[in-house]
Amino acid sequence: MQVSMEINGKAVSIDVEPRMTLADCLRHHLGLTGTHVGCEHGVCGACTVMVDGAAMRSCLMLAVQADKAKVVTVEGLSCDEALSPLQAAFRKHHALQCGFCTPGMLTTAHALLSKEPQADETRVREVLSGNLCRCTGYTALVEAVLEARDAYQGGQEA
Amino acid sequence: MSAEGKAIRPAATGYIGQPVPRPNARRLLEGRGRYTDDMVLNRMLHVAFVRSPYAHARILAIDTEAARAVPGVAAVVTGRDIAEICQPWVGVLGHFPGLKSAPQYPLAVERSCWQGEPVVAIAAETRAIAEDACEKVLVEWEELPAVVDMQTALAPETPVIHEELGDNLAFGLELKAGSPEDAFAKTAVVVEETFSFGRHTGVTLEPRSLIADFEPGERRLTVHHATQTPYQMQDVYARHFGLDEEKVRVVAPDVGGSFGLKLHVYGEEMATCALSILLGRPVKFVADRLESFLTDIHARDHQVRARMAVSAEGEILAMDVEDVTGIGPYSVYPRTSAVEGNQAIRLMGGPYRMPNYHGVLKVVFQNKTPTCQYRAVGHPIACGVTEGLVDMAARRLNLDPLEIRRRNVVTAEMYPHTSPTGYFFERLSHEECIAKIEAMMNYSSLREEQARLREQGIYRGIGFATFIEITNPGPAFYGVGGARVSSQDGCVMKLEPSGRVRCSVSVTEQGQGTETVMAQIAATHLGVKLDSVTVLTGDTQATPYGGATWASRGAGIGGMTVLRAAQALRGKLLELAGIILQRGPETLDLREGVIVEADTGMARMDLAELGRIAYFRPDTLPPDFHPDLTVARHYVPQGLPFAFTNGIQASHLELDPETGLVRLLDHWVVEDCGTILNPLLVDEQVRGGVVQGLGAALFEECLYNEAGQMINGSLADYLLPMASEMPDIHVDHVSTPTQFTPLGAKGVGEAGTAGAAAAVMNAVNDALAPFQVSLAQMPFTPERILRALGKIPSS
Amino acid sequence: MKLPSFEYACPATLAEAVRILADHEGEAKVISGGQSLMPVLAFRLAAPSVLVDLRNVPGLDRITITENGVHLGARVRWCDIESHDGLRKAHPLLVQGISHVAHYQIRNRGTVGGSLAHADPAAEMPGLAVACDAEISVQGVAGSRLIKAADFFDGALSTVLEFDEIITGIRFPAWPSGRRWAFEEFARRRGDFAMAGVALHFDLDAAGRACNAHVGVIGVCSHPCRLTAVEEVINGNVVEEDLVAAAAKAASEAVAADVTGDMHASAEYRQALIGVLVERALAHAQV
Repeated sequence: MQVSMEINGKAVSIDVEPRMTLADCLRHHLGLTGTHVGCEHGVCGACTVMVDGAAMRSCLMLAVQADKAKVVTVEGLSCDEALSPLQAAFRKHHALQCGFCTPGMLTTAHALLSKEPQADETRVREVLSGNLCRCTGYTALVEAVLEARDAYQGGQEA
Repeated sequence: MSAEGKAIRPAATGYIGQPVPRPNARRLLEGRGRYTDDMVLNRMLHVAFVRSPYAHARILAIDTEAARAVPGVAAVVTGRDIAEICQPWVGVLGHFPGLKSAPQYPLAVERSCWQGEPVVAIAAETRAIAEDACEKVLVEWEELPAVVDMQTALAPETPVIHEELGDNLAFGLELKAGSPEDAFAKTAVVVEETFSFGRHTGVTLEPRSLIADFEPGERRLTVHHATQTPYQMQDVYARHFGLDEEKVRVVAPDVGGSFGLKLHVYGEEMATCALSILLGRPVKFVADRLESFLTDIHARDHQVRARMAVSAEGEILAMDVEDVTGIGPYSVYPRTSAVEGNQAIRLMGGPYRMPNYHGVLKVVFQNKTPTCQYRAVGHPIACGVTEGLVDMAARRLNLDPLEIRRRNVVTAEMYPHTSPTGYFFERLSHEECIAKIEAMMNYSSLREEQARLREQGIYRGIGFATFIEITNPGPAFYGVGGARVSSQDGCVMKLEPSGRVRCSVSVTEQGQGTETVMAQIAATHLGVKLDSVTVLTGDTQATPYGGATWASRGAGIGGMTVLRAAQALRGKLLELAGIILQRGPETLDLREGVIVEADTGMARMDLAELGRIAYFRPDTLPPDFHPDLTVARHYVPQGLPFAFTNGIQASHLELDPETGLVRLLDHWVVEDCGTILNPLLVDEQVRGGVVQGLGAALFEECLYNEAGQMINGSLADYLLPMASEMPDIHVDHVSTPTQFTPLGAKGVGEAGTAGAAAAVMNAVNDALAPFQVSLAQMPFTPERILRALGKIPSS
Repeated sequence: MKLPSFEYACPATLAEAVRILADHEGEAKVISGGQSLMPVLAFRLAAPSVLVDLRNVPGLDRITITENGVHLGARVRWCDIESHDGLRKAHPLLVQGISHVAHYQIRNRGTVGGSLAHADPAAEMPGLAVACDAEISVQGVAGSRLIKAADFFDGALSTVLEFDEIITGIRFPAWPSGRRWAFEEFARRRGDFAMAGVALHFDLDAAGRACNAHVGVIGVCSHPCRLTAVEEVINGNVVEEDLVAAAAKAASEAVAADVTGDMHASAEYRQALIGVLVERALAHAQV
């Protein structure tokens, strides 16, 4: 089936099997391999992308369901050749080790802070509790997200 | 010579000990990581497997006709097909006398021995088509009785899994030191308990993945492989497929976590290579999460009957343990499944002066997923048993748990010290660690708060675990037993014409920060800026041979390799500079990438100029002078069979006696990994390790039914620690560098996992103390806690 | 873990959606958020020939508050309930209960209708529906009908929906002022399915005694149910310490015959737990 989406600001139109998940479509049809697949049954959060501004698990969504949607992946977070403030905070706090959960953590945190720039530690932990990290102790991740809040106070576009 | 004229002072310690962020972090943060599944090769096929639905069953017939007819299917192969081109393997090694196992094939040939064992492999245009075709394969099975309970695996009425082995005992070991019988007969206090450690698994977020790419013309096999140990896999692929070793190339791209899981030989990986060899096309296998739960190695699964003799003054006199551990139907190749049990019974009592010891180990076969080395191999078992008994003794003697530890740890004047099980400790720092954690957690006021809250019906617990940790393993680990697992490492370092430095090293990166630390060491010992060093890892064709990354060896052994190479290259650079500048090289120094006069620090030339002359104008150099600006160095671990680190952890938690829920409040770690190369990386290694230990304590357990079927093999049902449940983890250090290397670094990857679960166990039992009950079965689920409290009937 | 092959339809009207379901005689499945169905498909536990997506069907995504109560369209998502201005006052128990549903990303996509149709015994929405005497509206080829929540769930993952029927919405009866309520559930980790949970509300008569008690439980039996024995203990009495204890005991006894055990908890544990949760809910019931 033909699907048209706007992905990271660019219009794309592709032909996919109905059974293809949005995650597999992004990775294997569009080459956007920043979106990772860790469980394919909606638990680990690695495949989180933003669909029409809201964080969603792209393994729990068919590509055909994203027809006419605006999708933002981790590749769409960096701006002007520089790390976004959120990404920079992750780097500074060493909030990643193997990097496999990182895209999902970033998209989730970005969606959260875009809507709730005041989110406190409890809220950040609650929201990130849908994302599995097997390497870190979560502490640095939470610290990085909290530090990045400043950059969202003006109301950043999701 | 643009650098001329400035004075540069020598750096004290260079980049060692600096919290340098990882240069590769940026790539990963931008979604530009390159993991195995991100790669696409021309004509690539995807493989899926038909798996045994039974824990133990005989294959009577396999009908693959309908599967072959599915459009897009390229090949359907059975165990017999692959056995023709792949030698089977047996997971035994000479330094575990008596260890036995049966030959194992990539796909089950006559029998399947655990639920999930691969039986048929299908290569197709897409993974979805391969899975469609798997549903069309008909296997006729004869179900056989399964060995499920490790406690009855050795009973005479239990069937023997591999008849030719005679029984289900894979390996047995008995250790004795001093006179434990006398100690138990004469002592004031004996505490005893049976400790259970649940079977769990590694759950790397990136599943096991590889692309095998066989080129039939020259019989070259390239494997892009999410592995910790490319050289070991190069050896395995060459030997078992009969290929020339130098024509096998294993490349580890970005690897999404390993924790020991990604260094074993798995049937699926071998079958994927076999399919590529048979078809002459690249074949990709990426385990899905259900396959991961059934076929990634599992770990732990120990039951330990243990007792401890303690004097009236609280002096630990002896331990007596019997550890039974179930390893599945095969000892895993090539490192064997005897290692965890072996380490568990040798690490018992390790932090303490205890003079007498008796330990028995029984490693048994069962029809479950094979177990093998996973982070902190054996440590949590030994630590859990020892620290659990220490707390029981303290309670019996009405001693504070920190005080009993203070009275028993090996003290500063006793080093070097040998444990009753033969472990040699160069210099550990138990006393300093205890003192530091006591202050760090504000222990006395925590105890006051605990007492106050208890009066209000709030039950909090504080638990400690002293631990030792094995790092920097030498040939004693595997090589002496005949395993082709290298314990030395190699580094090739070269000056690029631009003056920049490339460092190719055999230790590998799975997110720990290996490449960062190697760059820090290289830059420091060369005398160049950190950002002028690029580190390359993980490609057997582009890096020297080595052991790669496991058992916390990267920093200590890999680091020394890089240090040696940096010193050698530095000598070559100064020699060349001396010739160009017509001075003795000993009068020159290399600082921040600039050749300077050693006494004044005056800059004379930068490395770009040196590179230009060496590579493009060697005609200006004296006759017969050939600048060697590429050096290779290897490093063999010296002095000890392996190193030891130490530390102490503390857990603070609240227990709800009505629901049985444990809420973690805080966790503290003081550890001593010797020289800290990068505190940012070390602290997060510790925290990540702690979280895996907390998972073992509260959540993680592979559950099996009576038929040997794993019943919680999905991420929805196998519970892992997530952000909301994890406490703040506070980390501090004592630093006692090893004197055996100029670097002084030991290792830190196991420390967190080694002690976290034991600390939680002791905190849970501290919280339960007012109820006069205790628990020794991990994980401490709400249900087990309510059963201990007598609120529901005990099962 | 790839989904089995199926066709995909995205009808523009409810009538067309229902017709496709009818044409496929039970081989078709409805998808909206897909947060329950997608894992089922990924595990290949279901292999429908066609998926009927409701995303183009208008009018199913509204939250309406009237004197007749709260109406939620089938495509209302958990995040819509969470962020709605009037709902917290119009039905505080609903909002509180839904705050326990799953994780952030799933809350942005999972729907009311999907949860009702999936009928997980531990899910919050079915439990709230039963506890609150809600009515579920469904549309089939033959027309629409209203089904009382108490009659809708007939087993684990099983409902009385016919194969040609689609859930269009659910109505919760109006919430009188002064009503006491509480929602308590127990899970080992944030966002996990409840090992047990209770949604309850009651009113006070002029003498300050409880009346019209509704006590619904999830995660304990094969489907969500009300514990009438507990409601009888509560009705006509002042809610104080002894009554709370009696209600807790009654709850544990009331579920004894039907309580289920699984890998996450035994029947005995759930039985003990439901008593604790009823006790906590009653003790903390608020206006």
